[in-house]
Amino acid sequence: MSNLAIRVETLSKQYQIGGSQKTYNRLSDQIADFVVSPFRRAGKILQGQFSGAAELDVTIWALKDVSLEVNHGETVGIIGPNGAGKTTLLKILSRITAPTEGRVEIYGRIGSLLEVGTGFHPELTGRENILLNGTILGMKKREIDRKFDEIVDFAEIEKFIDTPVKHYSSGMYVRLAFSVAAHLEPEILIVDEVLAVGDIAFQKKCLGKMDAVAQEGRTVLFVSHNMGLVQSLCQRGIYLNDGVLVCDDTIKSTVAAYLKTLENSSLSQHLSDRKDRQGLGHTKIIQIEIDNCENCSTSPIMTGQLIKFVFHVSRILPLMSLTFSIYDHLGQPVVEFNSRNRGPQDLIKSTNELTFICEIDRLLLLPGRYRVDAWLAGDNNFQDGIRNALTFDVVESQINGRPVAVQKQFRVFFPHRWLSPN
Amino acid sequence: MDTTKSASLDHPTTVIEPPRGWISLQLNEFWDYRYLLYFFIWRDIKVRYKQTILGGSWAIIQPLFTMVIFSLFFGKLANVPSDGLPYPIFSFAGLVPWTYFANSLTQASNSLVSGANMIKKIYFPRLILPTASVLSGLLDFFLSFLVLLGMMFFYGILPTINIIWLPFFILLTIITSLGVGLWFSTLNVQFRDVRYMVPFLIQAWLFSTPIAYPSSLIPEPWRILYGLNPMAGVVEGFRWALLGTDTPPGPMLIVSSFMAVIVFISGLYYFKRMEKTFADVV
Repeated sequence: MSNLAIRVETLSKQYQIGGSQKTYNRLSDQIADFVVSPFRRAGKILQGQFSGAAELDVTIWALKDVSLEVNHGETVGIIGPNGAGKTTLLKILSRITAPTEGRVEIYGRIGSLLEVGTGFHPELTGRENILLNGTILGMKKREIDRKFDEIVDFAEIEKFIDTPVKHYSSGMYVRLAFSVAAHLEPEILIVDEVLAVGDIAFQKKCLGKMDAVAQEGRTVLFVSHNMGLVQSLCQRGIYLNDGVLVCDDTIKSTVAAYLKTLENSSLSQHLSDRKDRQGLGHTKIIQIEIDNCENCSTSPIMTGQLIKFVFHVSRILPLMSLTFSIYDHLGQPVVEFNSRNRGPQDLIKSTNELTFICEIDRLLLLPGRYRVDAWLAGDNNFQDGIRNALTFDVVESQINGRPVAVQKQFRVFFPHRWLSPN
Repeated sequence: MDTTKSASLDHPTTVIEPPRGWISLQLNEFWDYRYLLYFFIWRDIKVRYKQTILGGSWAIIQPLFTMVIFSLFFGKLANVPSDGLPYPIFSFAGLVPWTYFANSLTQASNSLVSGANMIKKIYFPRLILPTASVLSGLLDFFLSFLVLLGMMFFYGILPTINIIWLPFFILLTIITSLGVGLWFSTLNVQFRDVRYMVPFLIQAWLFSTPIAYPSSLIPEPWRILYGLNPMAGVVEGFRWALLGTDTPPGPMLIVSSFMAVIVFISGLYYFKRMEKTFADVV
């Protein structure tokens, strides 16, 4: 009678950070720590700072009391900020790491794709790697043989099938890797953001494949930061934050709930206080301003305006570049700007000025709410990345006397004129 | 909603729970994944001598050159006794299982760390990694074994009936390599010191094994203690089975076999106990 695919009961996972894992894990360190820590502990007690053993080993709960049930045929999108426990959940479900507490029951064959190309060996040929990678992913030899031509076709590498993959271009490599993975046919499929691979044509093909898997009535668990993608692939959404299940609903409501909290957090918190950053952090984005009118402090942003995005950074490093992307209120990407993509109109300012300014002659966004992700690179490294660094609204207005209004699906407006027969 | 037929399963296919106490060895699962083991062995063999000039002949060169050096310094200069056999074949018969042991141990110790990427991304019985490292070395072993047979022919030494025991000694070598390899690969996940320790340990181990010299040099009461080194039993056994030395596998071999089994089983349990933490630590 049961149609259950996965049952997760009060699942928790604890990780140790600091404490015993803070050091570089050499045996000598461990021994030194073992010898020294009792004295340190005694010292702390004498100074009256001791607050229990927990203080010495810093632990965090990557997942805390998560319970959920997934039925066969459901496609579930798992969303949440970085460090929310999404990947930990997938890792437990695919048995890569063990939970600290709780229980999971899985009904059916499970296949997980946390990364494409795992186990690929550069010295082996494409053909050999298909066999090897397929086996690692849990396919039987007969299954691989049966699908072999399909896999090669899908990856578009017929000519190079007997070439060692170390001679492949990175595009070919990724296509082959994804192709093997895409032909995995488990009853339950677990996917972690592996779709962002290859060129656009290939990405489209991958999405088609994922969609087909979902249409076949197989169970899919999909983690992604791409709100557009999860909404197009999944029916149900699970929103995790700080290891706790916040929302479990239709994908639409879950994404809405997630974006809402994102907005709130970005409004309430000053950018320089944000901790949910990625990158090395030698330089950071400390403030972002939108400047859309000379000599006035605030005015509503309107379609067609001259607008400047001003990014204040904390430090100047050699070879710096800044990228920012704008997403709509559904999380669909709209446009991206990259300072590395140079044009003759770009200006290099004096080096002691700590800002990147992006001037946009005419803002082509339709009215609505948008959010901005920003990424900073420098010194040949990824230095800082903040999702949802800024939220802004574009209000209804007119361009050349033509009204510009909110549209349900579309996000951009081009100034234009019509020449009609009557 | 259309569902697959397996949807009617009443019992979970898999139950995931926190590890508690001593877990079972789950050898049936290992068996289910035997194809993966086979593929890892196949990959190791295919890849081992890629982009080398001498290729597979390295399997022979290693023990052969060690034999030449030993014969020169120990056999000729130091006049180390060799149980009445020509010194070159005496030392080579020891070097064949020894080279296999030393290489397997090195490979197995690093197997989990070099497979870290897989361990963090895919589930499979982790035991497959060190096992594949140890088993893939068998091809090299057989290549150098052929050279040993050639040398026996050259020196006109005929194997005795004792040769029927040879598979047992090969098995003992595998068990010893895997047993020690399991311990070190597990320790290596947490303590990278192992990587630096293993080459040194192998060197020291070489000299505590009767390869360059016969174990008959060691006085009788100590010889049993000497057998605590499982490779001592293996090497003496090899010579006895193939070359017909008159050291029959006495109490020393029993001690050696016993040690090998203890190291193997304890390594297996230690490995299984730590297995669940590999993905978090490695």
